[in-house]
Amino acid sequence: MNPVTDLIKSLADQHGRSRHNLLPILQGVVEQEKYLSEYSMIEIARELDLPASEVYGTATFYSFLEYKKMGRYIIRICKTITCSMKGKNQVLLAIQDMLKIGVGETTPDGTFSLLQTNCLGFCHKAPAMLVNNEVFTDLTPEKVREILRMYMNKKKEGGSYDN
Amino acid sequence: MTTSYQLKRADFIFKYENDWEKILSKCISRTPQELINELISSELKGRGGAGFPTGLKWKLAAEVVDATKYVICNADEGEPGTFKDREILSMVPYKVLTGMAVCGYVIGAKEGYIYLRGEYFFLQPELNKAIREFEYYCKGINLDFTIRIFMGSGAYICGEETALFESMEGKRGEPRNKPPFPSSYGYMGKPTVINNVETLAHTYTIFKYGAKRFYDLGVQYSRGSKLFSVSGDTPKPGIYELELGMSLADFVDEFGDGDTKAVQVGGASGFLVPRKRFDETAIGFQGKLTGISLPTGGSMMLFNSSRSMFNVLDNYLEFFREESCGQCTPCRVGCQQLLMGIKAVKRGEKNAKYLDKLLRLTETMKLTAKCGLGQSVANSFSSIVENFREEMIY
Repeated sequence: MNPVTDLIKSLADQHGRSRHNLLPILQGVVEQEKYLSEYSMIEIARELDLPASEVYGTATFYSFLEYKKMGRYIIRICKTITCSMKGKNQVLLAIQDMLKIGVGETTPDGTFSLLQTNCLGFCHKAPAMLVNNEVFTDLTPEKVREILRMYMNKKKEGGSYDN
Repeated sequence: MTTSYQLKRADFIFKYENDWEKILSKCISRTPQELINELISSELKGRGGAGFPTGLKWKLAAEVVDATKYVICNADEGEPGTFKDREILSMVPYKVLTGMAVCGYVIGAKEGYIYLRGEYFFLQPELNKAIREFEYYCKGINLDFTIRIFMGSGAYICGEETALFESMEGKRGEPRNKPPFPSSYGYMGKPTVINNVETLAHTYTIFKYGAKRFYDLGVQYSRGSKLFSVSGDTPKPGIYELELGMSLADFVDEFGDGDTKAVQVGGASGFLVPRKRFDETAIGFQGKLTGISLPTGGSMMLFNSSRSMFNVLDNYLEFFREESCGQCTPCRVGCQQLLMGIKAVKRGEKNAKYLDKLLRLTETMKLTAKCGLGQSVANSFSSIVENFREEMIY
């Protein structure tokens, strides 16, 4: 059986199978898989006895529930006003230059995906970004390169999925 | 009545107090009616930005007869420039939890939820620890109240209370029509009190020190203190607790970098105030002070003369275009058209008069959009375009 099917079953056991349990289940799949495949959404619909279109409609509403294949580390850099004023573009260029990908793209080895996001709530320490669930603030091009190197080494060491 | 509009610091919210058990026990030994009266006489208003009287909110939910009711703490802090709620939840979570439990006691709710925005996922472990400790104590004093965290997933609109309910019910975060209001028809169609994180923390201060202590701060119609998230062109960005009612001029004296051209009060959905209006603008909820009075969720973004107001507006509109839930046409199409419109004027494809057409469009959105998001786009749009028209064109 597809491991996602098992994951969905155990998430449904944990949270329940009612409509109001849908979001935690979607989040649980994204936490493991980094995105919701069409297969996952259909399986969730089956598990919760919902139309697949409802699951799709809900999932695609939320910007943190990705429905395209994502890398292991999802970089979300804040593009809202204060971060933009405090040098977000230079940081973004440094990331793009180092990873050789544009916004919305994933590195060919599947390690990093690069996205822009709306206000992260760190305007007093701008610019800020999330890598999966970890926050980094007061970014500069130098600092962001160091952070990415740290994640690259993590990957090399073959560490397990981490947030 | 206090008539001074000076900036005054306060220190209640982040004050370390290790007596929450005592405060909670004391509260549940009083009658719900007493507690409601205490809140009403403090004149505490919602600190999320809308400013609805908190005591009245609790009273309305308490009056509805239903076996199942809910208390929800709105921690979907998404307004650009706001970051105070995260600090409250990480530094003094027990004040918020106590506020929720007291609310549960007052209205007759046994379940509480904290709707935490996805961006604050990292707060979860510590917050859960605090919740477990808190629930253990509640059990000990025979208070039947549980609290769960519900995670959001990156949608600004879910900070709107009815969109938040929809989201918790496993649906798209699309705001509902009001009425019915949450106090009678909220989460799962049940009577619900939904308060901002900071509001709940203030109830702790009120129940501990009494309504008068709170009421004595601030000015008429705007009582108490409030956390301000200060960012932008300022030498000291951060979170500050200040009494309400101060003039913006005082604020800028304290936090500006000497070259402040304008201040955005209340985030992207708030108003931009140009330097010439600093003196006549007060930060509070309503009523004329020396001039206009602006409500705010506490976001204060300062811009100095090096900033292009066109870029600022462009950034806000892109934010709204992305965060509009898309449910109602005025907001969905309006946000898109405003963004395309100012770009077209800037490029010279439309003449300057087109800005007036766009201003009329924001008026339409204000009247016809279903929720606060679409209605409030007009605030920043008109205050920026009217005050910095030349920057939009050239």
